Amino acid sequence: MATAQTIEFRDPASRVAAGAKSLMPEAAPASAPPTGGDDGELHGEKMVLNMGPSHPSTHGVLRIILELDGEIITKATPDVGYLHRGDEKIAENMTYTQFIPYTDRLDYLAPLANNVAYALAVEKLLGIEKQLPPRCQYIRVICCEMARISAHLLGLGAFAMDIGALTVFLHTFTEREKIYSLIERLTGARFTTSYTRIGGLSRDLPPGWADSLRKFCDEVEVNFAESETLLTRNRIFVDRTRNVGIISRADAIDYGLTGPNLRGSGVDYDVRKAHPYLVYGELDFEVPVGSVGDSYDRYLVRMEEMRQSVRLIRQCLAKLPGGDDNDAKEPINVPDGKIVLPAKDKVLTSMEELIHQFMLVTQGVNAPPGEIYFGAENPKGELGFYINSRGGGTPYRLKIRAPSFCNLSILPHVLPGHMMSDAVSILGSIDFVMGECDR
Amino acid sequence: MAAVELANQLKAKFGELLSAPSEFRGEVTLKLADAERIAEVCEFAKKSLSYDMLLDLSSIDNYGEDPRWTLVYELYGTGHGCHLRIKTEVSEEKSELPTVTSVWRGADWHEREAYDMMGVRFRGHPDLRRILMWDGYPYFPLRKDFPLAGKPTDLPDVAFTKPAPLEGGPFVTVAGGKDSIAREPRVRVPEN
Repeated sequence: MATAQTIEFRDPASRVAAGAKSLMPEAAPASAPPTGGDDGELHGEKMVLNMGPSHPSTHGVLRIILELDGEIITKATPDVGYLHRGDEKIAENMTYTQFIPYTDRLDYLAPLANNVAYALAVEKLLGIEKQLPPRCQYIRVICCEMARISAHLLGLGAFAMDIGALTVFLHTFTEREKIYSLIERLTGARFTTSYTRIGGLSRDLPPGWADSLRKFCDEVEVNFAESETLLTRNRIFVDRTRNVGIISRADAIDYGLTGPNLRGSGVDYDVRKAHPYLVYGELDFEVPVGSVGDSYDRYLVRMEEMRQSVRLIRQCLAKLPGGDDNDAKEPINVPDGKIVLPAKDKVLTSMEELIHQFMLVTQGVNAPPGEIYFGAENPKGELGFYINSRGGGTPYRLKIRAPSFCNLSILPHVLPGHMMSDAVSILGSIDFVMGECDR
Repeated sequence: MAAVELANQLKAKFGELLSAPSEFRGEVTLKLADAERIAEVCEFAKKSLSYDMLLDLSSIDNYGEDPRWTLVYELYGTGHGCHLRIKTEVSEEKSELPTVTSVWRGADWHEREAYDMMGVRFRGHPDLRRILMWDGYPYFPLRKDFPLAGKPTDLPDVAFTKPAPLEGGPFVTVAGGKDSIAREPRVRVPEN
């Protein structure tokens, strides 16, 4: 008999209790068929299933070796590295500026945010992050937030598609296409943006671009509402995500989770709030946190983050120094010829600028010896760069702290005890990118 | 509480084992003299100083110097919001130090990566296998004496590698080069 079922949205405490119960070790096997034993040997009833590296829900090339007892996962061993390109090795062999295009290919769903994070890391090493012109900082924040919306739209669309709600994917992709058109007008490329430079940006906003972005902000909010009606109270979606893949607060911190996955578990840590960089300290936004730490909470956190991103973009556009088309000729680069390439007309007419140009192109920015770590709040979590410099234009060692790498390391802990079909829901809610994980 | 105060508390506990906190660009770094004590120091940092998250673990190859390896631990406390870097050095002959997986479970993959890329082993690690390269790959690619182009390898039925065509490149400067020859962009082969 079909009866209306209520969804207890406002009662996180009971969800925590239910979640804790479903994660009890004895709870899962109680309903499962009897198995051979717990001595680690396979006894016929257990089966090893290879998921990936090419599986629709692994979003790239993640491979997970699952040990199944019926439909219950008893052990999960992720196997990463299929997309390893040796970015850290490459970085040691080129100047800081030359590495910017490689950052596009880390989290390839949010290249703009990677560009910004990398530029800020090098600027921290150079000690010039406080000298960045305000216009540059506002444009960078706009870039980061556009990247966040774009990455979350894809993440949510793919997550919903994986568990059967195909329509959402089509909805979010329409909006994402608009972002890509905006990015193309801004940077000249849809995907591989390479937009930032050490000490500034490759170019200013094109004429009329800010108005297009305002229009987009209005449109995308309608889309959020539509996607939300398709998912947030959708019985099937809720059943497949609530109390599934619960990550406790302590586990999330212990495994080094960051970004929406950490906040979904109720930890109020956002680099933009905790250690504001660029102009985030002057902007008004809120950090959503979850209460249970299940797939559903991670979904809700991402949904709200996109709204906050729109809010941030609107504030930046309103405060943008120099106005939309920069009639006031506000600088977008650090006024230092030893860091930023001089204007081309100056290079051809002035000796000093010619020398600067030559030194920057052949030797790179002359960084002081030292070491820094800089982490930025990217869509997937904290993207960090550890740079060890021995002076000169090349890093001696550049380590990329990839959020997807850390986020995936919790899989062996969180997958066991769940149904095979829940694995798809958990993977979708963790929202990883292998380009970044494997580097 | 400021990161320096926390670093001084750690220093007070372990005394001469740790160097005085040094600051660069607002970050505090401590150097641990004996890599064998890393787990103990991290344990104290986590339990008593609430550094509850291991943000990152990097490995550095100081090629041509002794000790050859430097391990860099980036600690963070989500409660107090302070960052701390602990560095320790390991000689090439030893190439081994204790694991910190018992302190932070997140260290598991970071340590596997350091092992995979540099060949530094972590004693007591529950599952020290290669992570980015495949099992059976014979080299440690982030070592400074491993060429950028790669080396030919062949593991039948698993994977093979060939040196990448660099067309004379990479044309790079040397970090901290002493003279203009070192600073000039040119082909660099690790052996010379």
